[in-house]
Amino acid sequence: MASADVMHGNAPHGVPHGDGEAHASVRGYVTGFVLSVLLTAVPFALVMSGTVPAATAVAVAIGLAVVQMVVHLVYFLHMNRASSQSWNMAALVFTVIIVAILVIGSLWIMYNMNVNMMPGMMPVDAT
Amino acid sequence: MFGKLTMSAMPMNQPIVMGAVLFMAIGVVVVLGTITYFRFWRQLWSDWLTSVDHKRIGVMYIILAVVMLLRGFSDAIMMRSQQALASDGGAGYLPPEHFDQVFTAHGVIMIFFMAMPFIVGLMNIVVPLQIGARDVAFPYLNSFSLWMTISGAILVNLSLAVGNFARTGWLAYPPLSELHFSPDVGVDYYIWSLQVAGIGTLLGGVNMITTILKMRAPGMTMMRMPVFTWTALCTNMLIVAAFPVLTVTLGLLALDRYLGMHFFTNAAGGNPMMYVNLIWIWGHPEVYILVLPCFGVFSEVIATFSGKPLFGYTSMVYATICITVLSFTVWLHHFFTMGSGADVNAFFGITTMVIAIPTGVKIFNWLFTMYHGRVRFDTPVLWTIGFMVTFTIGGMSGVLMAVPPADFVLHNSVFLIAHFHNVIIGGVVFGCMAGYNYWFPKALGFKLDERWGKISFWCWLVGFYVAFMPLYALGLMGMTRRLDHMDNPVWHIYLMVAAAGAVVILCGILAQLVQLYVSIVNHAALKDVTGDPWNGRTLEWATASPPSFYNFAETPVVLSRDSFWDMKRRGVAFHPPVHYHRIHMPRNTGTGFILGVLGGVIGFGMIWHIWWLVLFCLLAGLAVVVAHSFDEDRAYYVPSGEVAEIEGRHFQQLMPQAGD
Amino acid sequence: MTVDIRLAADTALLADAEEGHEEHHDTASIVTLGFWIYLMSDCVLFAALFATFTVLRGDTAGGPTGREIFGLPNVAIETACLLVSSFTYGMAMIAAERNRKSEVLRWLGLTLLLGLGFLSLEIREFADLVHQGFGPERSGFLSGFFTLVGTHGFHVFSGIIWMLVLMAHVAYRGLTPENRTRLMCLSLFWHFLDIIWIGVFTIVYLLGAA
Repeated sequence: MASADVMHGNAPHGVPHGDGEAHASVRGYVTGFVLSVLLTAVPFALVMSGTVPAATAVAVAIGLAVVQMVVHLVYFLHMNRASSQSWNMAALVFTVIIVAILVIGSLWIMYNMNVNMMPGMMPVDAT
Repeated sequence: MFGKLTMSAMPMNQPIVMGAVLFMAIGVVVVLGTITYFRFWRQLWSDWLTSVDHKRIGVMYIILAVVMLLRGFSDAIMMRSQQALASDGGAGYLPPEHFDQVFTAHGVIMIFFMAMPFIVGLMNIVVPLQIGARDVAFPYLNSFSLWMTISGAILVNLSLAVGNFARTGWLAYPPLSELHFSPDVGVDYYIWSLQVAGIGTLLGGVNMITTILKMRAPGMTMMRMPVFTWTALCTNMLIVAAFPVLTVTLGLLALDRYLGMHFFTNAAGGNPMMYVNLIWIWGHPEVYILVLPCFGVFSEVIATFSGKPLFGYTSMVYATICITVLSFTVWLHHFFTMGSGADVNAFFGITTMVIAIPTGVKIFNWLFTMYHGRVRFDTPVLWTIGFMVTFTIGGMSGVLMAVPPADFVLHNSVFLIAHFHNVIIGGVVFGCMAGYNYWFPKALGFKLDERWGKISFWCWLVGFYVAFMPLYALGLMGMTRRLDHMDNPVWHIYLMVAAAGAVVILCGILAQLVQLYVSIVNHAALKDVTGDPWNGRTLEWATASPPSFYNFAETPVVLSRDSFWDMKRRGVAFHPPVHYHRIHMPRNTGTGFILGVLGGVIGFGMIWHIWWLVLFCLLAGLAVVVAHSFDEDRAYYVPSGEVAEIEGRHFQQLMPQAGD
Repeated sequence: MTVDIRLAADTALLADAEEGHEEHHDTASIVTLGFWIYLMSDCVLFAALFATFTVLRGDTAGGPTGREIFGLPNVAIETACLLVSSFTYGMAMIAAERNRKSEVLRWLGLTLLLGLGFLSLEIREFADLVHQGFGPERSGFLSGFFTLVGTHGFHVFSGIIWMLVLMAHVAYRGLTPENRTRLMCLSLFWHFLDIIWIGVFTIVYLLGAA
């Protein structure tokens, strides 16, 4: 049971309550930062140097972007599977599902629309 | 100085419009005059406009909804009479220019400013009570949401007097809604009224989800939550996930119109089909946003009045969750005919049929709840049974149109109109009315008159069938929607019948107003002293009617589903606690009201291109928010003595009943 | 077994209630969850913008394509600004945990400057494009580009205003529980914007230039 005065902040300042909550540490931020730098530098380098085929660069860039988003979620936003975070995690999972439906669905639908309804106006370089 | 706004914006030359304006103006003057006469201003400000009490906010939402129902219905009866008059060689009385505004305003008002406020109002009143909370998670935000919604509604109605409204249909498809084809302010009114109200709705959704997830009484696990609270949770998840898409869609249309961009234009690479795609990504979840809480209402009503626990609680919850996710996978069925091809259409046709399954599960749950129950046929139950029959018919016509080839025949015909009125009136309106009759005594302390309630129900039910069954037939005969004039005498008789149906519905609405009036007059006789007028099952009935501003003197402890029923069974209901504690409550504040007004003025400035006004109000709004953030004296303690006094009065009232 | 546990839990609840404990909810966790849910809605908002941009990316209407107008070095510097600012904000949070008010203010100030740096680079890029006649009204592609990137920029701008106000709060009242909650919310917002930016530089710039 929470004590009656939690609202007024008699809890020890800044000390995370419960075992599950975000443990922010300098080390965590440094790790996240270093990983992010790497995950950003690689796709930039690939695209800017132009040494690999465009399709490969695109695939790598998208893949690394997804990885980097997860890195940010874990190291900067401190998402984890602790019970105190379960609603945050549930909200995130629901949102990811909706976003996936929205984006993939729209692209699929609009691609078909454009092919069927505006055949002359499709962009020439589809990649 | 005033942007595009000049005196010519007043439609002086249109007698019908000016008549409506005059009528509205008289209404406003009468209301303001009454307030002044009864010296109600101070109380209005301190008890209502600045209130952060979820129950009062809920009541104000529902007042807005009822007023907008009258406005939206007057549009409906104009359409029905115009079509009846103009289908047999006659010209009718509405020129196309006006008729187009009427059907657009009807759709916008009924969905955004009647149905939405009604369900948001019900959720506001009921959810915190059902979960044993003192208020919502963010009371100030709640007040802000309300006033943004009201500002949006005022903007729509202002368009009647100043300028005009969109002539595009309720979803304002481009390219028609683009500047090139709709150069006047109609579409701008549409965009900004919905943006202003949409912000309120979105933040209200955030608020309600947080409330349900974080503020439940001790012991109320997720699977002990009342079904209405479950549906409210799912609806608000849909609001939070779908309304941003509406914001984006309308925002992009605004960018096209204001900054000459090319999202949905015909020229320079714009793609109008993307608008249709985007708006339905919001639009389909929207219909579930409206109907899910109504499913919740029916679940509460049917369990209470059958005197039984809801049949299949678990399946009801899972069906609701399924619908929540599936509602995001069907949107293309609104534009099968736009030409995305057989595979895409087949996919969305199948998902549409799949979503009918959890809905069917619910219907059976309600039927089995009634089975072997001692059903009391009070007004809320009549609405529920009317719903079950009507909604099933509407659902079936929907599944029919989920078959893409059938949709190619029926698309944009009045068959579609009949279908969605069949589910929206049969589902949402009946649900709102059931909830209104069911929770009215809780919100205001006295029951509604049964006789007029029943008259209203029968008028609505009969009127609905008379008004919309002919439209199914007309749709199959090939009549398309939104027609101002027709030259087909065969349709005339159907349209006459439909218009007669609208008149019967009008009788239903009038009966509701009479019901309200009669109930207020007889409120002493209809008073609910126990707080539990229906022999209810959930926590909202465990407190007084109307509940005191802190809801529960002692936070209830929940040991099962139907927790109030359980308390009554264990003999612990209706007992004052051993001692009282002080209660922490938020203070009232005018911040939400002021921000709502500023939001409305910003909308008005955007519509009429009065940029200085927009800028000024934005800065003022920012200043108000920042100033509010520095105010730390936002809550106070109600001393235990005061609580004891308030509760004492309630239990004193209760005693004679308890003795009987 | 589970039933037993639930029964035990309920008995404990009842006992608590009889002793007169009153349930209070932890304000900080309510506020952060509420704010997180708001961020999720923002996420959907950006998803709709990303989808629109992607659909319109080929609709250049004779205007320039991404390859012709994107300067990746500039984008790399913008990215660096945001990434470093995420780190400095993290340091502000750690300083707050250690109860060092002036350190918090310093880290926040640094974050603010990096945010401003990002914004000025973005504004310069936009201004250059408009100056060359490649404004948002040129083509569907450019409309999508300016709106998506601009919406992110507007969020950064809002974050900067918020940060200013929050710095005033902290300077004025110190690291009160309320201000800690605000710091936490802005932290979520700021890191969230960085995540959106990963999407922007990948989908808009890298895919556009590849």
